[in-house]
Order: sequence, then C-alpha cells, then structure tokens
Amino acid sequence: MTNRRSFLATGLSGLTLSMLGGTASFAQTGQSPGKFVFVILRGAMDGLAAVVPYNDPAYRGLRGAIALDGPGGPNGVLPLSDGFGLHPALRGLHGLWRDKQMSFMHGAASPYRERSHFDAQDVLETGNATLSSANTGWLNRAIGMLPNQAGKEGIGIGRTLPLVLKGSSKAGTWAPPLAEQSGMDTLNRLMDMYAGDALLGPALAMAIETDKIAGGSAMAITNGGRGGGAYAPLASAAARILTAQGGPAAAVLSLEGWDTHAAQGGAQGQLANRFTQLDSAITALKTGLGPMWATTTVVVATEFGRTARVNGTGGTDHGTGGAAFILGGAVAGGKMLGDWPGLSRLYQDRDVMPVNDLRTLFTTGLTNAWRLDEAAIKARVFSV
Amino acid sequence: MTIDACIAANRFGLGASPGQLAAIGGDPKAWLLGQLNQSRAALIVQPDLASSAQAFRTFLEYTQTRRDEQRMAQSPMPQDMAQDRAEGMRAPLDPTKVARAANLSARAMGQEIEARIIHALITPAPFLERWTLFWSNALTMSAKSLQTTPFPGPYEREAIRPHVLGKFSELLKASALHAGMLIYLDQVRSVGPTAPAALASARRPQRRDLGLNENLAREILELHTVGPDGGYRQSDVTEFARALTGWTVAGPRTRGMGANQELGSVIFVPAMHEPGARTIMGKVFPAAGANQVRDILDWLARQPQTARRLATAIATHFVSDTPPTSLISRLEQAFVRTDGDLAAVARTLVNSPEAWQPKAAKFKTPNDFLLSTLRASGTRSVSAQPLRSTFEQLGQAPWRAPSPKGWPDTADKWASPDAVLKRVDWSNLAADVIGATTSPMAFAENALGASLTPATRTAISRAQDARQGIVLVLMSPEFQRR
Repeated sequence: MTNRRSFLATGLSGLTLSMLGGTASFAQTGQSPGKFVFVILRGAMDGLAAVVPYNDPAYRGLRGAIALDGPGGPNGVLPLSDGFGLHPALRGLHGLWRDKQMSFMHGAASPYRERSHFDAQDVLETGNATLSSANTGWLNRAIGMLPNQAGKEGIGIGRTLPLVLKGSSKAGTWAPPLAEQSGMDTLNRLMDMYAGDALLGPALAMAIETDKIAGGSAMAITNGGRGGGAYAPLASAAARILTAQGGPAAAVLSLEGWDTHAAQGGAQGQLANRFTQLDSAITALKTGLGPMWATTTVVVATEFGRTARVNGTGGTDHGTGGAAFILGGAVAGGKMLGDWPGLSRLYQDRDVMPVNDLRTLFTTGLTNAWRLDEAAIKARVFSV
Repeated sequence: MTIDACIAANRFGLGASPGQLAAIGGDPKAWLLGQLNQSRAALIVQPDLASSAQAFRTFLEYTQTRRDEQRMAQSPMPQDMAQDRAEGMRAPLDPTKVARAANLSARAMGQEIEARIIHALITPAPFLERWTLFWSNALTMSAKSLQTTPFPGPYEREAIRPHVLGKFSELLKASALHAGMLIYLDQVRSVGPTAPAALASARRPQRRDLGLNENLAREILELHTVGPDGGYRQSDVTEFARALTGWTVAGPRTRGMGANQELGSVIFVPAMHEPGARTIMGKVFPAAGANQVRDILDWLARQPQTARRLATAIATHFVSDTPPTSLISRLEQAFVRTDGDLAAVARTLVNSPEAWQPKAAKFKTPNDFLLSTLRASGTRSVSAQPLRSTFEQLGQAPWRAPSPKGWPDTADKWASPDAVLKRVDWSNLAADVIGATTSPMAFAENALGASLTPATRTAISRAQDARQGIVLVLMSPEFQRR
C-alpha cells in the first residue's frame, strides 16, 4: 500500500529504476544494511554554542558574556575547519572529527519558520515541508525502503514512540524496565485477553519481543536516573539492541533539556553540562556498537537554533538556523557540509540564517547507512 | 448498578473505590453535578504545607548558605560578606541550618506529592478533582530545575485549585502571575529594554545586562490561550513580553528597585516595566502599569480561539482522543455564552450525551492508572517516597511534565510497547498487596461494575492464583481505559 501510494505520488519520473538500484545492492552483495541512529536534541540546542564561528567579526558582539574563546586556551573551542570550533565539552566528537568520522552543518533548519518547539519537532520528524496533521515520520518511511529481511524496523529509546518512527513500517520502543519482571504465563494470558484490542494487543506483543532482545543486560541501566542525566545509559542500551542478532536497522534517541532561556553559561555551566552528556552518549554508543560502529551512521539534529544574540538573562531564545552533525564509522567526515551564511546578516535580525535544509543531511545519512538511492529517498521519504 | 454509574466513577472521576458504584446509585448525573457546587472540595488545606513565599525563602536560604560556605572556604571573611552581615542581610553560618535547608526543598516536594495523592483518594468530589488536575496540566508549571522544584505544589494549591469553578480569565491571571510560573518561564528576570532599571544599568561601569525574556509571553499565547494557530506573530510575542516586564518575585535581584516587599511575594516593579502602550494581535492596550498585563490576559481569555482550544482539550481529556465535533461545539458555546465560567462548562460536559457512550475510549495515563488502582484497593493513606518512583518509572513523575505543554492526553503517547509492559510489571507488585486481602473477582466487580466484560470475567476465573487474577483485572482492556 505504501509502495503504491509512493509511486502515485512520484508519478512517472523514472524513479523506479533508481529505486531498484538502491535496494538491489544489498541483495547483490548479500550484506545487511548498516545501522542508522537519529539523535533528536529536544528543546532547541544552541547551534552557535556547539559549533562556534569564532572568526566571524560579529560573533563576540552578539554573544557577549557567553562567547567562547578561539582554539588554544584552556577554555577555548576545539578547532574544526573554516573558522569554526567545537564547544570544549564535546571532546569525544572532536576525536571523531580528527578521525574523519564527523562532519557538521551550520545554518541548518527544517522548513519550519515559526518558533514553537512542539510544532517544530513535528516538522522535523515528519520530514514534511509544512506543519500538517500528517502522522508518519521520515525515518519510518525510509525503513519501508529496506529489503524485506530481519531488522527491517526501528526502535525508539524511551517510553513513547517518537513521531519520526511512526508509520506503516515496524517500530517499537524500549526503556529501562522495572525491577520486577512479569512471568511469561501472565503475559500470554494477557495476550489472549487482548485478542480484540487494537491498542494493547500489538503494543504488548512488540514489548515482549523487544524485551527478549534487550534481555539480561537491561538491569544494568535501571538506575540510570531521569531526564538529561541518563543520556549515556540510553545510548548503551540502543547499542545493545542494535547489535542483537536480527536487531533493528534504525534507532532513535531523544535527549531533552536544551531550552536554555536563562544562564546557559559558556565553557562551563548549564549548557556545557548538556554537551558533556551528549558527548558521553555518543562515546557510549560507539563503544557499545564495537565492530558495528564501522557501518553505522549517526545524525544529530534539533528542532531549531536559538537567537544569535545573548538575551537579557544570559540565555538565548527560540531561533531558526542551528547546528547539526553527521558521524559514525561509515561517514567520510572531517568536513563542513552546506553553506555558512555568516553572522553579518541575521534572519529577521535575530537568528542564524537557515540556508541549509536539514532534510539534505537526513538524506545523506540514509544514503550513507543504507546505500539507498538519493533521488528515491527524495521521492519516497521527503516528497510531502 | 448501571453502566452510567461506572462511567461517572471511572470516566469523570478517578476510579471507583469499594462500594462507590452502589453509593452513586441511580442518578449518576446528580452525583457529578453536585460536586460542582462544592468548590471548597477542590482545595487542599494543610497547615504544614508551605506557601510559595515560604518555599521561596527556604530556597534562598539554601542557596545563600551554600554560597557562603564556598566563600568561607576561600577566605575567612570577604569584604562584601562582612558588609552584608553588617546590613543584616545574611545570618551567620550555622551548620545545622545548612543541612536543614538542603533537605527542606526535597522534603517539601514529598509532602506536596503525598498530600495531592491522598486528596485524590479520599475526596468526596472525584470529578471535581479530575477537573482540577486537568486545569493544572493545561496550565503546567513543573519542576524542571533546582530553582523550580519548591513551586509546583504551592502553585497548584494557590493558583489553580481556588479557580477551577470560576471564570477562566481569573484562573489564567492567577496562573500567569504566580511566583511559580514567573520563575518557571523565566519571567522574573525579564526587564523592559527602555525601562528605568535597564537604562540605569547600562550607564554603570560594571554593567549587568538586563533585557527581555519572551518565554512566558510565548507559552501563554501558544499553550494557555489562543494556541499556535491563534493568529499571532513574533511581533505579538515580543509586545506581550514587553507588557509582562515588571512582574517578578521579590528577592535579592529586586533589592533597591523601589520594591519594598516581603521576600518571595509576587510584586510589580515599575522600574523594570517597559513603558508605553502595547499592540497585540491588532488590539491596542494603553499603558496601565501593573494592570496592562491583566487587561491583556482578560482579552486573551475571551478570544474565540481560546474557547475553541480549551473546549477541544476538555473533550479530548474526558471523552475521546478524537472527540465528536458536536461535543466540542457545545462546550465552546457554553464557554463563550458564560464568559468562560468553568463550572458552567463542566455542567455542559456532564449533560452532553457524547460523554456517556458506554464504550470507554480513553486510555488511562499512568497517573489515572495508579490513582484508580489505589482507589480500587481502598487505599486511604500512602507514603510518598516509593509511590513517587512508581509514577516516575511508569512515565509520569508528579509535577515533572517534560515541557510547558504538560503531559500528553492521548493513547498514542502512553500506550507504547514498553509502557504497557511496565504497567504489567508494576501490576505484579501491586497484586501481591491487593491479592492478600481481596479476591480478584470481588476486586473486579468493585472497580468495574457493569463495565466488566464476560471475556475478562472468564480470564479472571481461570487465573492460576489470586496474584495473577489481580494482574489480569488491572491490565484488562476495561480497567486500562475509562
């Protein structure tokens, strides 16, 4: 049904051949696709704090007390290319940059141009050009393009399935379990009871299946804590699920707590702590994946950037253009992707210009991980 | 015992407690409507719970003693501290006081949670309590940081509970201008760019940058009133933020700004207020000092977009994730006709046939599930600590909604595979306790009455032991919904 609808949507553009090409490569080589991990930083990460244009003449004036120093000093940024530096708390990411396993994109945004977190996350996750009532996510649609084999599914780490994974392809969630495990007999009886229940039946069936995969090692992370403090254990759990036999091809991690309206700090402080947690999560993911890291692609993005100017309370408000990353063993990195608009001209005189569409980064990530054809992705995943 | 009694207790209320279905009897509507005449039943009056001003002072004491401790470690008596002491600003350090202050915030939160849960278990007006929790979530203030942790309890008791049967405009003003909300959404430090305080600060050599923070203004428009499609633009948000400047909480920052108020109370500081008239969504609000923002809130509360949004949210909460348009329209009309009289809107809900469909459509949130389980088991006293972590593990820690949007209210957000399995796991724990004193079938009949289906009855009767039987009741399709 999905295929048919996509064909109708794309019309007679000759895309069928390239689509076959994209999916056939796995069949021909007999390889399974690589892993794709999407990390959503919810709350709008401050792109100018993560990837710092320290050479831009307007930078210091705009940022005031939260400006970071250029590379070299103890609190200085970690050098990238093109006059950019990475926030000093992102040491692990910088290691990946040096190993050419990480690239960044600045001035990046979804097509959404208002400033509501919730609407912006919806657009980020549906992959659509506008806010709509659509309720399928781009990653779910991309999973639909994979060949039919084990692992053609996605897993959301957390208690609720993120919108980006919703749709007709198989997707589930996983979060640290309670200490008490229910016996299989009780679960089977409940499954009988849910025979006519369209909500609880499928949910419990998938939970039982996923729990088998995450299994014994789950206990180790039950004490991971709540909120932002538990990024690394969640990433480790994602790695365990991805590396399981027949594990899913895609995972989504939602990391919250980026809405820094006040006292966000500079090289140290509230936002720096978040960066440290993000950095440990990426490191934990790499460690947990082991050899599988070599075929993994990770995309890190947020719903929008924040204001270029520091506000009256030492923080930043909702903005537009932001920073995003693509990284992993399967990434030929060490580059700035897209254009950099500079800070001399701001979007609506307040935000970094949104010159790069995040969906091009997502497309790159998907082609990279699954060797799907770029035109086919555009047509079937981001055509709405 | 009719199906309508089950609907009144479970869909409108917080779940049937033993004997309640029989007590509701033959006129469930009268039982519900009667609760709307008991506005005092919405209040939690307990002398040992701190007011928001007291909570704020406790917090100040805590941060200040920690700061002093750090300074003491660096030098015996720094100049500014000696001066502060001479001015009586700071009490000398007392180690027991430091320890006490550090524990107070955490303890206060525990007490608040306990009081709120017990209230939900013993209230004579469970429909009114659901109505109250709905408004508390619609106007969310949550503990997102150390600074905000002392406030959600006092906020709900002071700003929400007294107003849930009054005019929406009064509820909105009480919420927006409460100390908890002002701190939660960063209003306390927002200063008008050309307000006297900002101009004076800019002239000083050691300048502290003072400026506008748009957070509260934006969320009131987007989440509390007209909604994201309400027809406002960025410039309206900024104008509203300007009007809000001056509203803050009396604390160290407002010292010397002409405000001579009790620490922790909400004050309006004219020196922080951006002077002039404001234009919001095309409507001009003349300069009126503290009253300017009240005028704006009154106006926003009366906008048709607000009525529509709130009517949709109420229908979604009480009836269905996709509520019938006829119901939304009726609630909306009641809202508009009565100028936002929330008791009238609640009465309209009770009198709407759409709300009495026999098939329960709403999947319980973790909060609904836990409260209804406690009520069904006849629990009347609880200890906050273990319960708190249960709420958290099931995904809905009290007063910790992940964003100002509040907790989601639809099944797709709560019935994920993992969340369902967590409920099963917790039911296993709860069943040990419940099964020790009650038979599964009696428990099911007390809780579900006429809504208990033959299939669930059969499953319960075939359970291998009481514990499993209780798990099957708690996880049955009908107990998981309301």
